[in-house]
Amino acid sequence: MKPRHKRIALIVGGLAALGVAAAFVLNALDSNIAFFITPSEVAAGKAPLGKTFRIGGMVKEGSLQRDNLTVSFVITDTARDVKVIYTGILPDLFKEGKGAVAQGRMNPDGTFTATEVLAKHDENYMPPEAGHALEQAQKAQKTLKQ
Amino acid sequence: MIPELGLFALLLSLFAALALGILPLIGAQRNIPAWMAFARPATSAVFLLIAVSYACLTWAFYSNDFSVLYVAAHSNTRLPLMYRLSAVWGGHEGSLLLWVFMLAGWSLAVARFSRQLPQAMVARVLGVLGLVMAGMLAFVVFTSNPFDRVLPPPAEGRSLNPLLQDPGLVYHPPMLYMGYVGFSVAFAFAISALIAGQLDAAWARWSRPWTTAAWIFLTLGIALGSWWAYNELGWGGWWFWDPVENASFMPWLVGAALIHSLAVTEKRGSFKNWTVLLAIAAFSLSLLGTFLVRSGVLTSVHAFASDPRRGIFILMLLAIVVGSSLMLFAARAPKVSLGGAFALVSRETLLLINNVLLVVAAASVLLGTLYPLVIDALGLGKISVGPPYFNAVFVPIMLPILVLVAIGPMARWKHDEPKAIIGKLWPAAVIAVLAGIALPWAAGGWNGAVALGLALVGWMVAALVLQAADRFKKPGAATPSWWGMQVAHFGLAVFVVGVTLVLNYQEERDVRMEPGDTVNVGNHQFKFLGVRASEGPNYQAWVGSFELYRHGRLLRTLHPEKRNYGMGTMPMTEAAIDVGLTRDLYVSLGEPLTADKENGAWAVRVYFKPFVDWIWGGALLMALGGFIAISDRRYRLSVKRAAALAGARA
Repeated sequence: MKPRHKRIALIVGGLAALGVAAAFVLNALDSNIAFFITPSEVAAGKAPLGKTFRIGGMVKEGSLQRDNLTVSFVITDTARDVKVIYTGILPDLFKEGKGAVAQGRMNPDGTFTATEVLAKHDENYMPPEAGHALEQAQKAQKTLKQ
Repeated sequence: MIPELGLFALLLSLFAALALGILPLIGAQRNIPAWMAFARPATSAVFLLIAVSYACLTWAFYSNDFSVLYVAAHSNTRLPLMYRLSAVWGGHEGSLLLWVFMLAGWSLAVARFSRQLPQAMVARVLGVLGLVMAGMLAFVVFTSNPFDRVLPPPAEGRSLNPLLQDPGLVYHPPMLYMGYVGFSVAFAFAISALIAGQLDAAWARWSRPWTTAAWIFLTLGIALGSWWAYNELGWGGWWFWDPVENASFMPWLVGAALIHSLAVTEKRGSFKNWTVLLAIAAFSLSLLGTFLVRSGVLTSVHAFASDPRRGIFILMLLAIVVGSSLMLFAARAPKVSLGGAFALVSRETLLLINNVLLVVAAASVLLGTLYPLVIDALGLGKISVGPPYFNAVFVPIMLPILVLVAIGPMARWKHDEPKAIIGKLWPAAVIAVLAGIALPWAAGGWNGAVALGLALVGWMVAALVLQAADRFKKPGAATPSWWGMQVAHFGLAVFVVGVTLVLNYQEERDVRMEPGDTVNVGNHQFKFLGVRASEGPNYQAWVGSFELYRHGRLLRTLHPEKRNYGMGTMPMTEAAIDVGLTRDLYVSLGEPLTADKENGAWAVRVYFKPFVDWIWGGALLMALGGFIAISDRRYRLSVKRAAALAGARA
């Protein structure tokens, strides 16, 4: 094979590989992104129905209820609440009054079924998404008062 | 007094590192021997000063000096000594000090084991390392001083995060950091070669053992971290595509590519530009990893409470490193010769494809890791990219590599005939098909993914045997380099066995159990006997008892624990695992479901994990392969030659 042919073959091969990889990546990104939505946004009807997303905020004091392996609790951004239902074992540092993030889908009755409740490493660490939800709610309340 | 001494040593080391980063580099440019000769003693000085500083911090932990804020925040008197000493790197400030300490250690090793290198090269390499150290030391001194005092000192320190009170803390971070930081040596060699305009086979041969050494540490560090997560976090998983895991995996992938491309550069003189770019990329990704871990910008299990100032500092450092090295590269690249020509079918081409795939894989991981940051920065909302993305992208990119790994070592350099390769490898293809059809039945039921995975394993292992047969036909003993490659590639096959079987046949169940209840998982039965209270050195625990049966025969009794550290604010799950060559059985306690904890019902998690230990076994074999490859005499040959020459002169 001549050097020029070789170069063309390499370039074509490289581009093809890149194209296939890009197709994989875009397809996978499109179907595997979970948006983060605050309880206030859920209340405003911004939650996508039938799609997985994440919700975060504080676990409301006294809201944790257990029925064998099924637990339910309320996630709040201090302005609005969302009831979350989860079956399974909660992470160690999950606690009432602390920040939490849950991933799952909305039910037609306005509750949220979580497939995953996110663990954290450190008791003093607030998941950034949960912190964001609280901030947003506080900002919204300030604007309302003015 | 001791902490002030530590801080003083740290400040001095910053100045020493600056001097190391300036004088020898100028000396090498202007050909001033005295300035070049300054590099080695200056490296020793920086190392000693950082060692003193590190020892002072360790002393503060050892003597429970809670007037040091960092000690008070990460240790207390009830913490066992082993964890007090490893708590030095249990938080942000100390782990950065460890980072620079290791960088100084690598630099010292370069200074010691570079007798065969020309003086200008040594001066440049150590100078570049000095600049990197100066950058990181400035970061420690200005944003993350571990010696800050707190007045009045608290009587007792805050407890170390219980997750970190595990032998994993003792080994995992140092190993990982050794790997991360080790790529700085490959980086320094590449930059020095660029400055000198000497990108040649000698440069590649000098870089190879250092790159491989860094990669070995990174491999071990990642494997240990994975094993730690499996054991300690009570999640039973071995990889989560967590941003911080990704941060260590990206330099690993690029480092693996670099090892292969250095082989081509050394043997054939090709791929020089590419090799330099990979060396820059591997180190930049290590810095990026440090940024991701330390800035707290991503939701991650590793995210500690953090300070945005720190993130910006590392980001600037990253920008300076990447920007200046790429500018240097752009200035020098046109002058670099292309090296030996090669045909389309040749080992060079196969290694090129290997490199492209590894880099594309690293890029896809990078995209998935940074995408949420970009979207957030653009104000388009907060998103997370989950494991399905990484699995969907990563696996298809890796499959061709598993096919190629069998062909590459069989192909000749420069030019080969497809027919010749097929002639040598067809038995492996037959074995692959047989393995793909037969083994899934034996392993636990037909499954397309398992068939594909095990066919690839059959292909790789058979090819290893064929390669060995081919090698032994040739005259001369096989070199350690060759053996290292075989062992590492075998490790890859072992790893694929583990991943394939555990992903497809594992069973994970969360169940409610009362004393006397039995649960079935993977042909085994767990019988729950009950829970009793127990007291540890710095925690209270509920200890469960589970009998493990197989076919009605009692194998052993397992005791998972639910621990409470620090007045019940920090619960911690200690899983109990019955480890076996072909399967792990895993049980951990969830929450109590009734008021009576000793005799009531508990939420219990049971896992059956077939061949899961092969994942870490494979990683160990890969690291072992690297180790064997480094032991090749060729890397030290020139030392002897230099010694012989010096002897002759004397």
